[in-house]
Amino acid sequence: MAHEETVYEALDHASGGDGHWAFGTGFDEPLAGVDTTVPEGIDPADLGEYCLMLGDDALVLAQQLTRWVTAAPELEEEVAVANVALDLLGQARLLLARAGSVGVLGRAREQATESIPDEDALAYFRDPDEYRNTGLVEAPNGDFARTMVRLLAAATVRLAVFARLRDSRDPVLAAIAAKGVNELAYHRDHAARWVLRLGDGTEESHRRAQAGVDTVWPLLDDVCTATDLEVRLTAAGVAVDPADVRDEVSDVLTQVLERATLTAPDWPAAAPPRGRRGEHTPELAELLTDLQGLARQHPAATW
Amino acid sequence: MSTPTVEHSLDEAAFHEHFDATIAADRRIEPRDWMPEGYRRTLIRQIAQHAHSEIIGMQPEGDWLLAAPSLRRKAILLAKVQDEAGHGMYLYSAAETLGADRADLTDKLIERKQKYSSIFNYATLTYADVGVIGWLVDGAAICNQVPLCRSSYGPYARAMIRICKEESFHQRQGYELLMTMMRGTPAQRAMVQDAVDRWWWPSLMMFGPPDDDSPNSAQSMAWGIKRHSNDELRQRFVDMTVPQAEFLGVTLPDPELRLDPETGHHRFGAIDWDEFKRVISGDGPANAERIARRRAARDDNAWVTEAATAYATKHAARKHSA
Repeated sequence: MAHEETVYEALDHASGGDGHWAFGTGFDEPLAGVDTTVPEGIDPADLGEYCLMLGDDALVLAQQLTRWVTAAPELEEEVAVANVALDLLGQARLLLARAGSVGVLGRAREQATESIPDEDALAYFRDPDEYRNTGLVEAPNGDFARTMVRLLAAATVRLAVFARLRDSRDPVLAAIAAKGVNELAYHRDHAARWVLRLGDGTEESHRRAQAGVDTVWPLLDDVCTATDLEVRLTAAGVAVDPADVRDEVSDVLTQVLERATLTAPDWPAAAPPRGRRGEHTPELAELLTDLQGLARQHPAATW
Repeated sequence: MSTPTVEHSLDEAAFHEHFDATIAADRRIEPRDWMPEGYRRTLIRQIAQHAHSEIIGMQPEGDWLLAAPSLRRKAILLAKVQDEAGHGMYLYSAAETLGADRADLTDKLIERKQKYSSIFNYATLTYADVGVIGWLVDGAAICNQVPLCRSSYGPYARAMIRICKEESFHQRQGYELLMTMMRGTPAQRAMVQDAVDRWWWPSLMMFGPPDDDSPNSAQSMAWGIKRHSNDELRQRFVDMTVPQAEFLGVTLPDPELRLDPETGHHRFGAIDWDEFKRVISGDGPANAERIARRRAARDDNAWVTEAATAYATKHAARKHSA
């Protein structure tokens, strides 16, 4: 009885008379209350662009994983995949907000109304050629095996980078990385467990997992190639040169695949960065149409 | 040979007496307690329908996950849809304590042998629908479910406590979205009113048929599975919602809606029960699509589940031989 009354009271009276409920959703402004001053000697434009690279990887992969919600093999997996997507979305929001805080907004700021927060101006009002994610995350999900192989690869790369970014000279980026490391360790573990089960499961799951590996591996060709900007920022103690994590990533992935009785193809020859320079496949344009359509239909709206 | 039967029925009579006394004293029945078959069957049916409603209910809002118009809204919606999957899981677990099997219940949902709340067969046409579902549909669900926190069956009552807390959070988030939209552009305000117009009557139907046409209600009330009648709960919801609608600045689409000063309750117009019957029996705008999605999730991924089972068996065997 008591409980029944409390729930109703919470609903009816939490308004404190003005009808506006106290929300505390935990989803509000990503960098609220954070000192966003850029330390001396760091080029804000470079820092912002770098945050876009990391933020776009997270946003695009979150969007891809979200497609599994209501379509996953088990309810437990719906919950897990939504968790991973939520973590990545949270990382994207922080990183895009960081880019905005140092003035990197490009054409997005001109197109979006002033009342739209920076993170949304960047997410919703940039065109594909302004996105800085790698091809690894924009490739289609494929079946559940390919989705998990891609998540394993993407989480392994990102975890290795974030672990090092905890020492970044930009304290905001360092804090974002520190928070992200725990999340990414879980993502990597979750994907690795599935790759093990699928690789060493049935004949069909093995075949599908191997096909996933064979499709995903070539996408790794440019994930460990630094752009000039990453080289500059690494020298300044802000960023991580992705070439420095290649061996670690390759070791982890090979270990998981071996235990999963899958064959790891050779690491692809390093290619010049494509996505980081705004060169994308048509899949990204499609993904952005889904993501941005409604927000762009109502450019003066706040949500 | 007849002796055991007599003893059995004597035991059963004693068990029944104990069960009745537990219900009468408003204490909880737990999984290992004796219970009448009808009680068990009714509970499984009700809990399964509730679980199915949570799982099917992920879809109408889930349809907006990719297109949510801000990253904050996307995060809120994703967390909410995730909560619904969680609610489905607790409820299926509660049904399993009664001897049901989750996979079997899922099959019954897909084969349309068990129902789910008819509200989820309506399509979500604009983003305002996400807010209105939070406000009205979750609001109605809360009115229905809060009394179930005192349900006579322990595991169900305990699952409902957790679910109700999360639902009330969702309701506030929905209302907050609508408040924001009402402060926004004329197009946004029009979207909100349109969504309210479409969801108001289906929300009232969520409480089920009127009391004089609700065949299972009396027994469920006697068993303490149900605590209030459909019409009582519906009235409570209307009374709670009218001032919220006024504050929001929307009109509820019922010209007969007015406060009766004598009773202090709001009177409302007649509900189209034919529409309710059509939608619940499978002829709503989105029934086929909702079931098809669950069927695809089960069938297209059957190989994943098989692989997980095969892997577990192999590794259990390896551990054993090691």
